[in-house]
Amino acid sequence: MSALHDLSLRDAAMRVRRREVSAVELTRAILERIAATEPQVGAYLTVCGDEALAAAAAIDRRLAAGEDVGRLAGVPVALKDIICTAGVRTTAGSRILERFVPPYDATVTARLREAGAVIVGKLNCDEFAMGSSTENSGLGTTRNPWDGTRVPGGSSGGSAAAVAARSCFGALGTDTGGSIRLPAAYCSVVGLKPTYGRVSRYGVMAYASSLDQVGPLARDVADTAVLFDAIAGHDPRDSTSSPRPSRALAGSLEGGVRGLRLGMPREYFVEGMQPDVERAVREAVRVLEGAGASVESVSLPHSEYAIATYYLVATAEASSNLARYDGVRYGLRVANPGSSVGEMYAETRAAGFGAEVKRRIMLGTYALSAGYYDAYYLKALQVRTLIAQDFTKALAGCDALVAPIAPTTAFRLGEKTADPLTMYLSDIFTISVNLAGLPGMSIPCGFDGDGLPVGLQLIGKPFDEATLLRVAAAYEGSTDWHQRGPRL
Amino acid sequence: MESVIGLEVHAELLTRSKIFCGCSAGFGAPPNTNVCPVCLGMPGVLPVLNRRVVEFAIRAGLATGCAVAPSSIFARKNYFYPDIPKGYQISQYELPICAGGHIDVVTEAGTKRVGLTRIHMEEDTGKNVHDAHVADSLVDFNRSGVPLLEIVSEPDLRTPGEAGAYLRTLRSILQYLEVCDGNMEEGSFRCDANVSVRPRGQKELGTKVEIKNMNSFRAVERALVYEIARQEQAIADGERIVQETRLWDADREETRSMRSKESAHDYRYFPDPDLLPLAVEPAWIAEIRRTMPELPAERRARLEREHGLSAYDADVLTQRKDVADYFEAGVRAGAPAKDMANWTMTEILRMVRDEKLDEALVIRTWPIGPTQLAKLIRLVTTGVVNRNTAKGLLPKLRGTELDPQELVRREGLAQVSDRAALEAAVRDVIARCPDQVAQIRAGKEKVMGFLVGQVMKATGGKANAQMVQDLLRAALAQSS
Repeated sequence: MSALHDLSLRDAAMRVRRREVSAVELTRAILERIAATEPQVGAYLTVCGDEALAAAAAIDRRLAAGEDVGRLAGVPVALKDIICTAGVRTTAGSRILERFVPPYDATVTARLREAGAVIVGKLNCDEFAMGSSTENSGLGTTRNPWDGTRVPGGSSGGSAAAVAARSCFGALGTDTGGSIRLPAAYCSVVGLKPTYGRVSRYGVMAYASSLDQVGPLARDVADTAVLFDAIAGHDPRDSTSSPRPSRALAGSLEGGVRGLRLGMPREYFVEGMQPDVERAVREAVRVLEGAGASVESVSLPHSEYAIATYYLVATAEASSNLARYDGVRYGLRVANPGSSVGEMYAETRAAGFGAEVKRRIMLGTYALSAGYYDAYYLKALQVRTLIAQDFTKALAGCDALVAPIAPTTAFRLGEKTADPLTMYLSDIFTISVNLAGLPGMSIPCGFDGDGLPVGLQLIGKPFDEATLLRVAAAYEGSTDWHQRGPRL
Repeated sequence: MESVIGLEVHAELLTRSKIFCGCSAGFGAPPNTNVCPVCLGMPGVLPVLNRRVVEFAIRAGLATGCAVAPSSIFARKNYFYPDIPKGYQISQYELPICAGGHIDVVTEAGTKRVGLTRIHMEEDTGKNVHDAHVADSLVDFNRSGVPLLEIVSEPDLRTPGEAGAYLRTLRSILQYLEVCDGNMEEGSFRCDANVSVRPRGQKELGTKVEIKNMNSFRAVERALVYEIARQEQAIADGERIVQETRLWDADREETRSMRSKESAHDYRYFPDPDLLPLAVEPAWIAEIRRTMPELPAERRARLEREHGLSAYDADVLTQRKDVADYFEAGVRAGAPAKDMANWTMTEILRMVRDEKLDEALVIRTWPIGPTQLAKLIRLVTTGVVNRNTAKGLLPKLRGTELDPQELVRREGLAQVSDRAALEAAVRDVIARCPDQVAQIRAGKEKVMGFLVGQVMKATGGKANAQMVQDLLRAALAQSS
């Protein structure tokens, strides 16, 4: 029998519910796995073993008492460290919040707990989710489990790496411009960025409020659906969360793709793509055709403006969202804060924020400044509308789009850190989806010549996660990429 | 020269909870007790709009003839200060909820219509506390997130007196709507003034100066008087007015420069992505319109019409809704309107001021109930007691539920109207005061009062004054 940590999330939960294995045993197994893999992976910023074992013991007691403890009963999961956990430090990967302990749970945290999940730890990420490689974390380095010299992708790099390393059964990440999908692709796990408004943002430290969305990363499509069901749905504490009820999807992944129409955006197959990546993605499309889907070419003509638009909208919102980290009430305050409150702000923020965060704050501050607002921020909003309209048109004729996640596989640590603009291009195929607020997904679809994973992107209509999961499940059923794990 | 004044009023709303969270919006709690992660701006929290705040804003808009926007937008006003927890204040900027109304202000020169540019909603900030006993400055966030309406007038005001009248009228309207208690001292009704001067007849506006930090009506008027004189003097001296913000120093009675436009903030307003555009359905506006109370101007007109009051009396009685309610309750209880108005305006309002009962939005503990007062007035008009006796009874009625008639009986204060008894007293006084009688006969009518006083004294103040007068005259005429 394989080790407990190798079980799928669904199997693990079922065994706990049937009391074949206790939640405490399962949690111990994951804590041992964390201890074994962390020296090579470095996915966790905080492992909360005591809290996890106490929560697991409580689940076991309730099970013994015959209570219904939820679909995720006793299953250890981990959260990107930008999602608040009451009593457990939440840092956003930033030195400015290195010792910040939230007094409250994010809505998604509370929903996982209600579903019986055991939270074992907090996962590394780019500082305030700004980045594509997790190298912008102020608090640690995460390595790609498939190749320790490579990045895990970002910003939810810790989440993808931990799921790939089997050091948790599933994880939550956030996706502002591709931050779930890119690391999912680089680490060969499944990642879902839900429709904007489908999952509450309450308690999730904001990077760019109009783009951020929380979503699950897991080892296969069915596990992803289970996690998604646990966190999706209206939250009265988030005004942007949709009031439309969320349908449970975990049980409805069957059905296949026969008769479905899939669109391939022309603009996403461009010169300069790594040939292995393009080959793997085109092969995946053929597999879907073989399963009965029809595939046609569609156009997203404003794609070339996506990166520029994103870096105006996202940085403008970030410059405002990050103003609260000022050393007045919590988090870092420098030892010698100067003689005025202005100096205290400046010194604290200079010491607490990393280079990328400072760069984006400055960009956003500039874009919103008097005299530049119309030329930059307002113009970006107008282009954003055009980009969203591209998708509406493209999706009018088909059920979902298929595309690559990124032009390349995981790059080497340090390879792009000196050149932020090159780094920004990693998200060229994912960013538009956030600007349009659509659901997007990454599923494993092969490996390049160096044995590095390639991801396939699925893009759906608003609130139609069901079709994405169904297409993904059909593809997964025809291939075995998701069953391969890194050697650790 | 003429001055041009526009006012920005911040009115703190009387909602139970804050604008974006469920914390109490009450005043006076110990520091940092009415707070939660949302109004503290903790990482990850999000605002959820309080529906009641919108309703209050719409009420204010309807009362002032504004158009209510079917869709309005919340914006972030970005600036750093220790008392704003998020690093920005949520406010409305483009597309406010109400725009384009007016307020009719009664001035000495007649009624003047003052335009309203806009009314918008925003959250209040916390408060920095500089405690002499601690080296650090502290912040109290109880007020952070308390809802405010910002009411911006057009630059239609011309004198400090008009500005004062505008503020009183606006406060009165908000109090009638029960959306703001209007307490300037506690900061729930705050005012900034924009003022410039220009040669009379010139169309273009002069360079404007903003004055802050005025916490009473008197301070607003004094600050404007000072600032207008300062600007006129500066122009007379050939200086240029600089656009700046100035603070009113009430102790030194002067305005002082706070910051110039060059160092003014760039607030980097942009639509708050955490809040969706606010859609107001016409049905909701109609519902609020149906439940609008009678406003001060309508009530003033009605009191003049229904009760025959003078414009002055009607104005005094309607400045506060609770005072007008008191007056009308007394009339309903049987007091003649003119008498009820007089007693309310003089005796009752004096007691209210002395006991500082008028500092609350609604006076609930009147020193003497309106029905009680009405009964007392009836005792005077029916001749049971004279006016002076009635006034003397007020302290004994204060804070009690005594029936005035019962009190009069118990204290034996009923007016003496017994003709025989009064004639005897009159005869007695005439006999005792031959000098004064001689003076009256010589034409000194004034001395009459002395004789009346003597009779009153002899009867313990209870004599029917009119009868005493009549009897005295008759007696003097007879014996001459």
